[in-house]
Amino acid sequence: MVEVRVENVRKTYGKVEALKGATLDFKSGAMTAILGPSGCGKTTLLRSIAGFIQIDEGRILFGGDEVTQLPPQRRGTAMVFQNYALWPHMTIFGNVAYGLRLQKIPEAEIRRRVLKVLELVEIGNLSDVETRKPAALSGGQQQRVALARALVVEPKVLLMDEPLSNLDAKVRQRLRAELRRLQKQVGITAIYVTHDQEEALALADTVVLMNQGRIVQTGSPQDIYLKPSTAFAAEFLGVSNQLEGEAVDGTLAIAGQTVAYAGPVRGKAVVIVRASDVQIEEPAAAFRPGTMALTGILEESLFLGAHYRQYIRVGQIVVMADSADPRPTGAVRLVVPSEKVQVYQAA
Amino acid sequence: MRRTLRMAGVVLAGAVIFLPLSSLVIWSFAEKWYWPHLFPQQLGFFYWAKVLQGDMLRALKDGFLIAVVVTVLTLVITIPLAYVLARLPIPLKPLILMVFLLPQAFPQLPVFVNSTTLLYRVNLGGKLGGVILIHMVGALVFAVWTMTAVFKSVPETLEEAAINLGASRFKAFHSISLPLATPGIIASTLLVFLYSLDEFTGTLLVGSPFVLTLPVYMYRTSVGYELQVASISALMLMVPGIVLLVLLERYMKSEYLSMFGRI
Repeated sequence: MVEVRVENVRKTYGKVEALKGATLDFKSGAMTAILGPSGCGKTTLLRSIAGFIQIDEGRILFGGDEVTQLPPQRRGTAMVFQNYALWPHMTIFGNVAYGLRLQKIPEAEIRRRVLKVLELVEIGNLSDVETRKPAALSGGQQQRVALARALVVEPKVLLMDEPLSNLDAKVRQRLRAELRRLQKQVGITAIYVTHDQEEALALADTVVLMNQGRIVQTGSPQDIYLKPSTAFAAEFLGVSNQLEGEAVDGTLAIAGQTVAYAGPVRGKAVVIVRASDVQIEEPAAAFRPGTMALTGILEESLFLGAHYRQYIRVGQIVVMADSADPRPTGAVRLVVPSEKVQVYQAA
Repeated sequence: MRRTLRMAGVVLAGAVIFLPLSSLVIWSFAEKWYWPHLFPQQLGFFYWAKVLQGDMLRALKDGFLIAVVVTVLTLVITIPLAYVLARLPIPLKPLILMVFLLPQAFPQLPVFVNSTTLLYRVNLGGKLGGVILIHMVGALVFAVWTMTAVFKSVPETLEEAAINLGASRFKAFHSISLPLATPGIIASTLLVFLYSLDEFTGTLLVGSPFVLTLPVYMYRTSVGYELQVASISALMLMVPGIVLLVLLERYMKSEYLSMFGRI
């Protein structure tokens, strides 16, 4: 159980800067999710920590010891891969025992530890793990074996590279909960890379949001979701409306309509409003203080299962609003509580 | 109606494949067969006995010896080379693979004639060593191309997972990639072995007059109108081919073929 620290890590592939100076602490014994769209550098960062990628600049420390120059074999990390990366020619037992056999541990001890960890990841029937090959297992079971293979060597850091993204939705949900329980039970420092914001929020103690090779925001899942610090963060987390606006002293112009605004942004602005925060009211409803109101025309209402999504035309733009019930088309008034409106300086 | 058609098809296909071969079998037992008789007037084991006492056994022995040496040397060179080509980011990779293809790109005869004069200059003409070298020129093409494809078909993350758990690069190769590539390596080994056993032009030009393999032996006997002897050697030459091809079919996975030539 160690703290992992990366300092000003840079990596360039040819002309592409994959990491533009990332500095970050991964708390010991906690689960940290690195979240971002594809190509944001999250996998590069994870593979740099594992030692598969030689970084151009910066330092990587495990609990105060610098590991920047250490080869992957000597870093003491264990990785869980997106495609499981189980060895098809070995049995389930052989896969999990591999790391321990490399350490020349006595066979009886290996047996004890392998069976214990397979029990921990709830692989089910342990009687035939010495004869069955991984291909005989379902995807979810295979990923449990891969997790067991990583945990059995008692690594300093557990690295997970989108481990659930090859699984179907139901299995993914269940394994997500189990992964969190296991990580807490073992108390290992874990770093989890994903592009799925829901997964990151559900799993992690800390979420690190990355974009274009930079760390955009770090915080608890609640902080990240409720107080996104940039337009990108707000847009990436949840279905949001991203509106262009123009901020003058005390007012904000959006699509030809003016609303009250007391924040610090001036000039061109990006206004982010979650679809779930937009309330739809009668066009003649009275103005309530502490809200932002726009008028528009409801054009379409789609049933999405859990709720209805309304598309409302406001001048040149279309705003999405979610509600529990369908709404008739026609003129409406959109109301958003002021604290749910995020305004950012346009880039 | 459909059954009759199918039967007719099977018979036709069988005839196309086996009739030319059947004449080999008949010829090998014919002690007397003169025109215009449809079948030999006298059958017997005379020529089989003659062949099994004579030069043919030497040709068989030398041919196998050459094929084994060529196969082993090719494996020793190709496995590491193909692994490196498949795994490491080497510049000019397509060019390297192309170089191995070059001797096949030109007409075989001029290439071999040229090689022969060269080999005689370094005193390898007419010797086993020279024939082994000329076989390897062709064998390496098969081997490098197929084995690069074989190693490519083993996902790199499988090795990374081993390295991540503390395995050295060699250990990862030896315990993960090599066992997973074994069926492909066996297939490619069989290809090389068969190629060497069957190779004719190079063997004749480089090896003559001292090195004798089955194809060369067969050529000489058939030129000398000893059709019985030629038939027997042709039949002998087919046996390892058929046995190995059956094995090949068992080991060759379609994934390797789909990776073939992909860099």
